[in-house]
Amino acid sequence: MSATAVAPRIRGVRHRRLTVLFALLAAVLVAVVLSVTVGSKSVPLADAWHALTAPTGTENDIVIRALRVPRTVLGVLAGVALGVAGALMQGHTRNPLADPGLLGVTQGAAFAMVSSIILLGVSSLLGYIWFGLAGALVASVAVFALGMTGGKGSPTPVTLALAGTAVSAFLYALTSAIVLLDEQAMDVFRFWQAGSIAARGADVVWQVLPFILAGLVLAAVNAPGLNALSLGEDVARSLGQNIPVTRAVGVAAVTLLSGASVAACGSLAFVGLIVPHMTRPLSGTDHRWLLPYSGLVGAALLLVADVVGRVVAPPGELEVGVVLALLGAPFFVALVRRRKPVRL
Amino acid sequence: MRLQAAGVKLGYGERIVVDGLDLGIEAGTATTIIGPNGCGKSTLLRALGRLLKPQGGEVLLDGKRIDKIPTREVAKILGVLPQAPIAPEGLTVADLVARGRHPHQTWYRQWSSDDEGAVTEALDMTGLADLAERPLDELSGGQRQRAWISMALAQGTDLLLLDEPTTFLDLAHQVEVLELVRHLHRQAGRTVVMVLHDLNLAARYADRLVAMRGGRVISSGTPHEVLTEELLGEVFELDAKVIEDPVAGTPLVVPIGPRTRPAGPAA
Amino acid sequence: MTTLPLRVGGLSWQVRPRAVVLTLAGLVLLALLMALNMRIGDLEMNLADVVTGTFDADSAGHFVIMELRLPRALTGALVGAALALSGAIIQSIARNPLASPEILGVTTGASVTVVAGVVASGSVYGGVSGLLSTLGIPALALLGGLLGAAVVYGLAWRRGLDGYRLVLVGIGVAAVFTNVKFWLLTVGDVNDTSRAMIWISGSLNGRGWEHVTPTALALAVLVPLTLLGTRSLDALRFGDETVTALGVRMNPARALLILAAVLLAAVATASAGPIAFVALASPQIALRLVRAGRPPLLCSAVIGGVLTTGADLIARTAFSPLELPVGIVTAVLGAPYLIHLIWRSRK
Repeated sequence: MSATAVAPRIRGVRHRRLTVLFALLAAVLVAVVLSVTVGSKSVPLADAWHALTAPTGTENDIVIRALRVPRTVLGVLAGVALGVAGALMQGHTRNPLADPGLLGVTQGAAFAMVSSIILLGVSSLLGYIWFGLAGALVASVAVFALGMTGGKGSPTPVTLALAGTAVSAFLYALTSAIVLLDEQAMDVFRFWQAGSIAARGADVVWQVLPFILAGLVLAAVNAPGLNALSLGEDVARSLGQNIPVTRAVGVAAVTLLSGASVAACGSLAFVGLIVPHMTRPLSGTDHRWLLPYSGLVGAALLLVADVVGRVVAPPGELEVGVVLALLGAPFFVALVRRRKPVRL
Repeated sequence: MRLQAAGVKLGYGERIVVDGLDLGIEAGTATTIIGPNGCGKSTLLRALGRLLKPQGGEVLLDGKRIDKIPTREVAKILGVLPQAPIAPEGLTVADLVARGRHPHQTWYRQWSSDDEGAVTEALDMTGLADLAERPLDELSGGQRQRAWISMALAQGTDLLLLDEPTTFLDLAHQVEVLELVRHLHRQAGRTVVMVLHDLNLAARYADRLVAMRGGRVISSGTPHEVLTEELLGEVFELDAKVIEDPVAGTPLVVPIGPRTRPAGPAA
Repeated sequence: MTTLPLRVGGLSWQVRPRAVVLTLAGLVLLALLMALNMRIGDLEMNLADVVTGTFDADSAGHFVIMELRLPRALTGALVGAALALSGAIIQSIARNPLASPEILGVTTGASVTVVAGVVASGSVYGGVSGLLSTLGIPALALLGGLLGAAVVYGLAWRRGLDGYRLVLVGIGVAAVFTNVKFWLLTVGDVNDTSRAMIWISGSLNGRGWEHVTPTALALAVLVPLTLLGTRSLDALRFGDETVTALGVRMNPARALLILAAVLLAAVATASAGPIAFVALASPQIALRLVRAGRPPLLCSAVIGGVLTTGADLIARTAFSPLELPVGIVTAVLGAPYLIHLIWRSRK
């Protein structure tokens, strides 16, 4: 076939990718509707619409506006953030085991939170979250600094992963020691650790929103560079990519995205681990598509898991972290079993 | 002089491989660097392509120090294909070639008609149009190498550095790849620098040869000037006859065996 | 190169002098730490006291040494060695420095069953069912560990065992176990949570001869078996195609080594809880000290023993009379050392 036939085919691929993008957007929309309407108190769609557009203070209006909407928005934010962060992390480390927690964000957040409880007597949710965020950022900067190689100034994937594991283990040990000594810290810690997006108001959403938005912008900037890097550092450099800058931007994006969501919602890093594996068969290896797809899959997965957690064990709720693992892991295992896993 | 190494000192950490080497690449030439394993030829090529920073001396691109030019600007002038490059599994040929357009793309200009044109042309020129949607890992070695060259072509540079583009290929595929390189050089006027192991193919497909040993240039010039029996003894420690290639008229090396006598005039 | 041939009659092996020296140095350090462990505690003893206490059944220190300190220190050393060896095997097979027995479902499976046991028995634990603490918990842990491994193994098996698929499946299964464990921790009373946390951090508190014997037996059987598999491990580092070409029978070799790793980790976890970081860090520390291509087995095991014994000394004495779970101290000690090694090898 001649040259003329190639261009339409490339365009056809782009067309297919856009179609998938819209399908995923639709899936997120369905999940949002479910998340707003389904729960221990089921709200008809019409009432939900009423609460959103012209609230009159009915019981449903209050449930929707004060509880369901912030919870849903937080779920979307955290799902997008963790999905994108996971894809970035696996891309940068070329390690399919890498999850955003590998930079130490989860354990950094946990350690800062329990420390703030026993040392400073912090007792409000907003307070913990600020400390969690700070801890996540500090821990990941420490891991990144450790992972840096001597002269070239960019961390090699293996050292980065190992440094992250070592720092996480260290912080987890300190956190365990603290919670074993302090019952109040243990009580906060165990519920945070299980991972939940429930009972967090609009103030928490506003608290994490700027960090997640900044992280998404950095991720978008990072995507083409990550494509170049996936061909190896030599080819990336010969394509004109500045490697230390690319790595630093990637790590900053992962830190902001996962730090903010982990601090607010507990250890949900598993989302970041499995979502890219679920997404890659749809997107291929192009990070300009893999990142947005991963964000949307992450959001849909997190919301659906949360809704399932609300209805599966009435009158109580199951934490979203548990449901995610129970739903996501079998799916993940099936995926791994069915096809040859994509090597990075 | 398009590309020039002036007194470069190259190495990895403490280990110095090349010390004080000078080399100039003229515009529009096809130069092949030859030499025994570990002589520093790949290291030199990496330095010419600014993949390795010299510890001393400088590399000049069009008369300017290459490390002073923004790397993205260099990427529009000079393409480097390293030895045995890696690709993520499942990457299609079209995707790989499209990634060659990287230096020309910005966040607001992701896929212009120039990009599309360059990719189409690169696929066409390397005869890969029919394989565009195939994953790289399903191709034969020769096809895969052509895909990588195609990526370098899509980059749209008129300087191409290729590090052993024929490794792991059978003879037919080696010739196929080198014919493609010759075409790029002759028809499109590109300046090409290659590292090759096969001396006879090097002689046939290059108009200049550079012979290296122990980090130094021993001889450079046309294949007839460089490929002599003395040089083969000195550089490769090889006893050989050099005859005329009955097809191309270039020098043809017929090895006799490892060098048994000290370098010097033939007995 | 870094290997020397060792020939005795018709037999010959290749030995790395660096590994031998480091292993021997590790054993000396381990002996020193054991001696310190005998001396230090509520009852301070000098070396003479320790010797009389060990051999004279009528001496004052006999009970403290023979019933408390020695079995506890031995449990620590053996458990540490078993976990480290298990980690070294798994990291070699998975060709991934992040792999540990956690990935085989052993430690996470054990954790989830034990936490379930503690939460279910509630506050009666410790009181009525002293049986649960001495026999019940190790049995639960062993059962949970083996079940966890069976699940991972079964799910990962598909016309053979692919190291990469094993790791991915292992991660999925570990995530389920871990999150269920997190959830169980939120269900019970906060005191039960603390008790369970101590166990899942790994603790040597009150470990006696009944913990030493099974771990020692497991090591006695499995170490020689694993060392026989060393040559396959060397080959397994290369890709699958190369391996078949080198004449290693892929699946039997791999399956047997993984089984050994599972048993080592399960027995160790049953005795002392999942001191997970030992399994991950010891092989990496050994690898960097020996400068080998894959984690050296014996050296990893010795380092695991040293790390755990040393950590327990600190766990017992640093905040006396309060005692920390040894797993916490291993991480606090081992992680910075691993970080230091990473830092040093940057150049």
